[in-house]
Amino acid sequence: MNRRKFIKKSLMTVAALGTFSALLIKPKRVYAAWPKASFAITDLSKSINSVYGHNDLSETTKVKLKAPDIAESGASVPINVKTSLKNVESIMLFVENNPQPLSSGFMLSAKAKPIIGTRIKMGQTSKVIAAVKSNGKVYSASKEVKVTIGGCGG
Amino acid sequence: MNKIFFILLFFSLGISASPEEDLDVFRDHFKSRFPNTGFSDYKNGVYSVDPSSREQWESIEEFPPYEINIEQGEELFNAPFKNGNKYASCFENKGIGIRQNYPYFDEDTNQVMTLELAINKCRKKNGEKPLSYYKGGPMADISAYMAYTSRGNIINIEIPDNEKAFEAYEDGKKLYFSKKGQLNFSCADCHIWQSGTKLRADITSPGIGHSTHFPVYRSGIGRLVTLHERFAGCLNRIRAKPYKAQKDEYRNLEYFITYMSNGLEINGPGYRK
Amino acid sequence: MVAEANRENIMSTIKIKAKERKGSVTVRALVTHPMETGQRINKKTGEKIPAHFVQEVTCKANGEEVINVYWGPAVSKNPYLTFVYEGSKGDTIELSWLDNQGNRDSNKATVK
Repeated sequence: MNRRKFIKKSLMTVAALGTFSALLIKPKRVYAAWPKASFAITDLSKSINSVYGHNDLSETTKVKLKAPDIAESGASVPINVKTSLKNVESIMLFVENNPQPLSSGFMLSAKAKPIIGTRIKMGQTSKVIAAVKSNGKVYSASKEVKVTIGGCGG
Repeated sequence: MNKIFFILLFFSLGISASPEEDLDVFRDHFKSRFPNTGFSDYKNGVYSVDPSSREQWESIEEFPPYEINIEQGEELFNAPFKNGNKYASCFENKGIGIRQNYPYFDEDTNQVMTLELAINKCRKKNGEKPLSYYKGGPMADISAYMAYTSRGNIINIEIPDNEKAFEAYEDGKKLYFSKKGQLNFSCADCHIWQSGTKLRADITSPGIGHSTHFPVYRSGIGRLVTLHERFAGCLNRIRAKPYKAQKDEYRNLEYFITYMSNGLEINGPGYRK
Repeated sequence: MVAEANRENIMSTIKIKAKERKGSVTVRALVTHPMETGQRINKKTGEKIPAHFVQEVTCKANGEEVINVYWGPAVSKNPYLTFVYEGSKGDTIELSWLDNQGNRDSNKATVK
């Protein structure tokens, strides 16, 4: 292989290692290693971009995000996402005002249904965004979750 | 009007209401304060009076983190001491399904015996070092397991016809109603008069039902908290010096508040914010 | 803390509940893990407590990968996960996790 091709290939591999974008080139079932770069990004739009390679999220009522209006505890906020969209490859959760907005990602196989849930930490009142990738397009639903601090709760 | 009646009843000159009368007054107060809460639901504390936090709690209860502690507690409970004995030998019914019987007034030693104190008493009897009542750990895990095996059992503390027992109850009651700390609050301020209202970001839980669900997994710190550690936490918050866990003051307080939870079922360990 | 999968006398850090209903299996898992963000300060030493959190969770049903989950430090302590897949009673679920310090654990459960 000539030198130019070799360098180009190496650069592509290096670029592919850090971000989710690499997943777009790979077949659905091959999951890259934990996307360190995406989890480190502190800005919401840059975070979304690092995952999908773009910021085009289509808000839709077909994505149902269940999150409390007022979180009882910012240490453990129950979040559930489900959608009627088909061929869902991934569901990502972003918390706009968290130090790093990307909180978690769920990569679904063909057998997995697009229904997930987890519990997250929220540092302050923030918009929570559920992004669903279906048939190559990214859809979303969001909700503002209020987080209050202070009291006698101990 | 209700408040005045309450105050008169608890601080009436020379006329001491019986615990049974106290309990009636307590229950009536909460019935009128929270008309939509069924009696048995008070075991769920703040969730029996606040629908928004209740929904989140129900979600967590689908798989609550304290299940880890129950499992750990079961292992600890069944592990033999160095001398070969087990915790089961110290308790009736081998320690299973007995939490609702605590605390009780021990007429031999003339003091209130709590479950946690009994656990350490068992350890001492078998040549083991006592476990700490603070910061979760094995004591809270064992307590959680024993609470778990007692779920559904109804609390029915009976105060024996014994002057010392009545004194312990009255001592606990007095502590409950006494103003303390720099913030000058009493337990009654938050859990009777202002129960169900906002205390900054918190909603205060009603005063009946506190004893049913301890130890409690606190999500903010991510671990179990025993009842006496919680008492200390409350006193710290009102900027008062807390008493030591399992000393007279808190055991008597636990005696009083558990009596006030008579008729409710054990549902520990619990989960709170 | 390095935990080996299913060694005797060592309790697994993974609790799994899996139930099938009308061809859908709902899996709920609870993992014992501190999920330290790396930002908390040790009050005694004044030093930051190092980040220690689960990064990846993988679940297989009958040996086939069903879901792969990426977690960051903003997932709650003693993290919880629930998901649904097309499956049957009797399926063997295997859940494994890997954290940022290289620790792993895994556990199995049968779908009820």
